Amino acid sequence: MASDLTTHDGQPLHKSLAKALRREKLRALVLIAPLLLFVLITFVSPIADMLFRSVENSIVPKTLPGTTRTLQSWDALGEELPGEEVYASLADDMMLAQELKIHTRLGSRLNYDQPGIASVFRKSGRQVKKIDSSAHLDGFIQSNEIWTKPESWANLRKNGLWPGAFPASSTAWSNWVRFMKSDEGDDVDLSEKTPSGLAYSALYFDLQKLSDEQWRQLTDSDNETTRAMFNGLREASAQFPAANYKEQFLDMHDGWGKLDNWRTLHRLSPPIVDSYYWASVDRERTSDGVVHKPENERIYVKLFVRTILMSALITLMCILLGYPIAYLLATLPTRTSNLLMILVLLPFWTSLLVRTSAWKVLLQQQGVINNILVWLGVVGDDGRLALINNMTGTVITMTHILLPFMILPLFSVMKTISPSYVRAAKSMGASDWTSFRRVYFPNTIPGIGAGSILVFILSIGYYITPELVGGTKGVFISNRIAYHISSSLNWGLAAALGSILLVAVLILYWAYDRIVGIDNVKLG
Amino acid sequence: MSKMSTLATAVALASTLGLGATATAADMPECENCADSMTIVSWGGAYSKSQLRAYHEPYTAATETEIVNDESSAEAVAKLRAMNEAGNVTWDVVDVVAADAIRLCDEGLAVEIDADNDLAAAPDGTPASEDFGDLLVSDCFIPQIVYSTTFGYRTDNADWNGATPEDICAIFDTEKFPGQRSLEKRPIANVEWALMCDGVSIDDVYSMLETDEGVDRALAKLGTIKDQTVWWSAGAETPQLLADGEVAIGSTYNGRLFSAIEEQDQPIAILWDAQMFDLDGWIIPAGLSDDRLARAKHYIKFATDTQRLADQAKYISYGPARASSAPLVGKHADLGIEMAPHMPTDPANAQNTFLYNYEWWADNRDDLDAKFQAWLAN
Repeated sequence: MASDLTTHDGQPLHKSLAKALRREKLRALVLIAPLLLFVLITFVSPIADMLFRSVENSIVPKTLPGTTRTLQSWDALGEELPGEEVYASLADDMMLAQELKIHTRLGSRLNYDQPGIASVFRKSGRQVKKIDSSAHLDGFIQSNEIWTKPESWANLRKNGLWPGAFPASSTAWSNWVRFMKSDEGDDVDLSEKTPSGLAYSALYFDLQKLSDEQWRQLTDSDNETTRAMFNGLREASAQFPAANYKEQFLDMHDGWGKLDNWRTLHRLSPPIVDSYYWASVDRERTSDGVVHKPENERIYVKLFVRTILMSALITLMCILLGYPIAYLLATLPTRTSNLLMILVLLPFWTSLLVRTSAWKVLLQQQGVINNILVWLGVVGDDGRLALINNMTGTVITMTHILLPFMILPLFSVMKTISPSYVRAAKSMGASDWTSFRRVYFPNTIPGIGAGSILVFILSIGYYITPELVGGTKGVFISNRIAYHISSSLNWGLAAALGSILLVAVLILYWAYDRIVGIDNVKLG
Repeated sequence: MSKMSTLATAVALASTLGLGATATAADMPECENCADSMTIVSWGGAYSKSQLRAYHEPYTAATETEIVNDESSAEAVAKLRAMNEAGNVTWDVVDVVAADAIRLCDEGLAVEIDADNDLAAAPDGTPASEDFGDLLVSDCFIPQIVYSTTFGYRTDNADWNGATPEDICAIFDTEKFPGQRSLEKRPIANVEWALMCDGVSIDDVYSMLETDEGVDRALAKLGTIKDQTVWWSAGAETPQLLADGEVAIGSTYNGRLFSAIEEQDQPIAILWDAQMFDLDGWIIPAGLSDDRLARAKHYIKFATDTQRLADQAKYISYGPARASSAPLVGKHADLGIEMAPHMPTDPANAQNTFLYNYEWWADNRDDLDAKFQAWLAN
């Protein structure tokens, strides 16, 4: 039947309707576009960036492109150090890294996972320049003089097998070009130069991996220079003087001889890693798979649990204290309730640090509360209560600081509950308790919900108050996040911890929605 | 009275200014192609004030450079990294502790300094690299002061029966010196003291801390006073806790104790034994434009010369980082007391000291901090 209905211009009604609605929606979208963009730019993209930092690890493959590649074929589970080839590529990568002054940055990144490796990089930086890389270079030159000429490399780079069959050489070549540009300026002319001995070493190791077919392609090439370069090279290279990069690195710093350092480097070679997340839950990836960290280093899981439990406790305290106050505010005559309201808002407008410090004065052992208790004879002078620098301190202080966030939504919800509901209940014979429990209280649940969500989410992210009054047992996970952001600069771990916290909040929000229903939340 | 002291300060200030101006006119070459203004970041409070009077005011008087002060040193490392990532570094010279300078240098966030070229030589011609000597702990770091983390104790503890702590191990002696302690909420210095009082010599402390047994041993020693310890995170906390009588003995920076004792007349005394020396100084952030970099270097050369470093000690009890400045340290500008005996570097105070082991802590700080925090949380 509906299809029979048409508008005056003959269009089917439902099509016309859909079109009109679409236009409406588009118009609405244009109207909210500035806000949408604002939210995207200032809110969504920083969070996305933070989430990405928790897995991002490109600094390792970017700083050590050759080493991370050659390390792939090393047996990380074995008991042998990597071979000469890996050390050769390390020398090549480090030469460029120290020129660009990025080797120490990599060292401090790796140090998060392997304490002590930072100084290996820092101390090796200066000495890498002195590495002797002449062994393979001499071999090439002895095999054919053409290797001293720049056209040998120009020719090689034009060959069809470059860069596929020459991965180490191509990395070494681009490292060398970047090194020269950094050293002598961007307009340096490289056409008259041959690369350093490190590139010849890379080429040597590439040649070892060429197949017979590839050798044939080179030695039977149509190109005269190519034939000259590679004819007899295969046999000659077997007689090349042995390189001693490994020995030189071990002399430079004994850290290069530690298996654990190499395993860490091997594990952190990919551009995306999960190590920050494992660290966030007190675990680490080792050669035996993911294992628990030693007992004396486990801290984050404990702090996550503590943060959530204490936030829940603070929320509960806020409900217990805030509910009667909100009730008074909503039911007292306006003049009195306005005065009370100011008392609620006054601390709200006072600086957070001032309020926290005020609590220190009140709660400490020689503080106001303990002095009064001693004076009243409730506790002895040597039995003063420890009210601060522990969980108690955090709960008391944060309950006070967050109380307005509970009172205000409760108040605005209670304000809308008509007094006649309770009167009606009572007129039908309900006792005070029953009318509160069955009529008034259910009407205030949306306010409790809104207040609880506010208080809980705020307290989960608090760090300055716990830091000042929490001592050692009353600090939250946010204190560790702050430490990693501002002191240790381990932003990856901070991002992972933050992401876990975000997910925990989202799960709790989802659970809240399932149990209470988010439609039941009212801010007024 | 207050008017007179203000006047006296003004006179003192004027003479400093005059001195600064002449010294600069004679020694300092004009700054060519330099920015007209600069932002200097420091710690705030009495420390910034001492820099203002000893460095900024004479420098402005001599060069007419506008100096903007920022008090963000506590977050300098994180903020510099954020600025660097955003490609907009707004700071020109930043005051940081040496450990942070090493971190910034490692991260490529600070520029390297060539001490002999970029810094002024001593009046007798000793090159800067020799005058600063071992205190040049990082290629990017220009030392300014030597300060120490040491202990202050109340002089009126009734249950100490008149005993005064003579050596560091008094903090672990709860029989003779009962009462609450306060220690910094981080492992640095605490684990060294713990091992020293557990019979380990300072030379062996670090190799021992690299093993799990060493860490356990240090924490076990700290564990003997754990339940009587308040852990602080801001330098102002210990002087406050001592003044309130909350703790009987606690660690903090020596300058904080000086102001509690001399300026606020609190019944507190300093235990200098086994104080840990640390350095504070300047870095220049990486990524400045040429004119700003030239201005920053010009300022640094001025502010770290022998006389200027000695001048700062008139306002705060931190020792100048140059050997040649030490003989020039005079009286406190406002209190009129001799400053030399209050310096952590004074021979009478420095009989038993150790220097913050930067290299070792840079490698092991995060690892040990995790263990330390886990230990605290348990």
